[in-house]
Amino acid sequence: MSAPILAPALAPSHVLTDSLTLTRRNLRHALRYPAMTTVVVGMPVLMLLVFTYAFGGALGEGIGTRGAYIEYVAPGIFLMAAASGAVATAVGLCMDMTEGIVNRFRTLRISRASIIAGHVLGTTLQTLVSIALVIAVAVAVGFRPDATPVEWLAAAGLLAFVALALSWVGAAMGLVARTPESASNGPLPLQFLPFLGSAVVPADSMPAATRWFAEHQPFTPVIETLRGLLTGTAIGTDGAVALAWCAGLTVVGLLWARVAFARAAAR
Amino acid sequence: MTVTGTTAALTATGLRKSYGGKAAVDGIDLHVPEGSVYALLGPNGAGKTTTVGILTTLTRPDAGSATIGGHDLARDQDGVRSVIGVTGQFAAVDHLLTARENLILLADLHHLGRHEGRRRADALLAGLDLAEAARNPVATFSGGMRRKLDLAMTLIGDPRVLFLDEPTTGLDPRSRRTMWRIIRELVGGRGVTVVLTTQYLEEADRLADRVGVLDGGRLVAEGTPDELKRRVPGGHIRLRFDAQEQYARAVAVFGEAARRDDAALLLDIPCDGGITAVRSVLGILDASAVEATALTVHTPDLDDVFLALTGRHDTPPATPEENAR
Repeated sequence: MSAPILAPALAPSHVLTDSLTLTRRNLRHALRYPAMTTVVVGMPVLMLLVFTYAFGGALGEGIGTRGAYIEYVAPGIFLMAAASGAVATAVGLCMDMTEGIVNRFRTLRISRASIIAGHVLGTTLQTLVSIALVIAVAVAVGFRPDATPVEWLAAAGLLAFVALALSWVGAAMGLVARTPESASNGPLPLQFLPFLGSAVVPADSMPAATRWFAEHQPFTPVIETLRGLLTGTAIGTDGAVALAWCAGLTVVGLLWARVAFARAAAR
Repeated sequence: MTVTGTTAALTATGLRKSYGGKAAVDGIDLHVPEGSVYALLGPNGAGKTTTVGILTTLTRPDAGSATIGGHDLARDQDGVRSVIGVTGQFAAVDHLLTARENLILLADLHHLGRHEGRRRADALLAGLDLAEAARNPVATFSGGMRRKLDLAMTLIGDPRVLFLDEPTTGLDPRSRRTMWRIIRELVGGRGVTVVLTTQYLEEADRLADRVGVLDGGRLVAEGTPDELKRRVPGGHIRLRFDAQEQYARAVAVFGEAARRDDAALLLDIPCDGGITAVRSVLGILDASAVEATALTVHTPDLDDVFLALTGRHDTPPATPEENAR
């Protein structure tokens, strides 16, 4: 037999094709077993309703009427929706790792990255659909953004970037976890981090320590940028900071996921 | 070991792998000619799954080298992956997809193209009697069906070297027979090289051209099933007598060498069970005019082989457990 000693390296186009093949697989899971999707959509919708109808009056007192408070809180809730995809990524990937199908993938001539990317892209797309639904509910209960089409597009792009970045982080957490149950706990704090930012109340209304944290954590600049794009508040440097955070989290999540994959595969 | 006149589909030299200071694979050499079936036979913990893990790029060996389908394992993992197919004892199927979707997923990952992928998927579903269940989610499948689907997912990539890690562990006898038939047809029809692991001696006997007996991470014996059987004591020719008088004369003729069962009038003469041995026993009976009622030849089975080679009774458990990996 005269096979070449060194086969050509995997072409980038193969990595992309395989990632998309696995993305389709994961989307099919989501469509067929929508329990996770329901949580991803349901939680932010619930939060939106609670903050608008239950706490909105009190929280919005300093800002104005209930109508004005939903203008304040809605962008933060959209971000929560974007963050929730990380849980789905973590659980989906961890299930693959524990169920043996990953060993089949690992014996195929496909890139390791595409196995992870398939989950990340799948949940990111799912998350975008969820965000659209949450926005629709927000509009239905009185959210009246004054954004231009370009601002909408920018907001959607930013939310997609956040979803992607956190999905990579979620992927790494799912690979570190030993069971799907613990995998779902890892990224949970991500979903609640917006509360310790400017999602619900402005950072400068908080006590000093919390305030310092709120001003320096990644979600605050993202929320401020979304708020600016959708409701016309000032954005300032927050836009650039938000993008930098997203890019940074993507890189960290990606590298961490790669290391975690190799480690998880070895055990 | 020397094999002449055939190309090797797989060679391995000095494979070693330890986990936490304990050697799982402790210096294994393999040579598997193209188109043949090689069985790694051993009890749980003998190192079968670790060996397959190394040869299929899942586990990095601590030492040793291997060439699979002409590709060097250490330098060209993607090359190795392009020629192998692996069906492990892990059920490597997607339980949330249907059988057909599973196959098409694999076809897509092999870049077979839409048309060819679907054609092969449907052909395999029909060939493995899964056509009726093709559109049902795998979660509803029986163990035997899952194993067949698992094998089909491996075959869709048309591998040249097929690894089957305990392909029938946990299957009921009927499904096991079906798997055996499929494996045999497959090897005959496609010229695929097969490396299988098993703790069932009968399975190695039925399927393999050559058997390597694995114990404690080492190959303790290797050969064709028949060669292995001949190497062990335990084979004998059994003479049965109806008359006490004939029996007594036979005992006198064969003397110390024979094992006696005075109650049942049975005489076991140890030998390899070959034709020469039968002839010489018959010759002795004729010469001394002893009349035996019946003569049966007992060749040792692989259970005897294992016992003789390892000094332990390691017959497979009634309900096989998963191998430690």
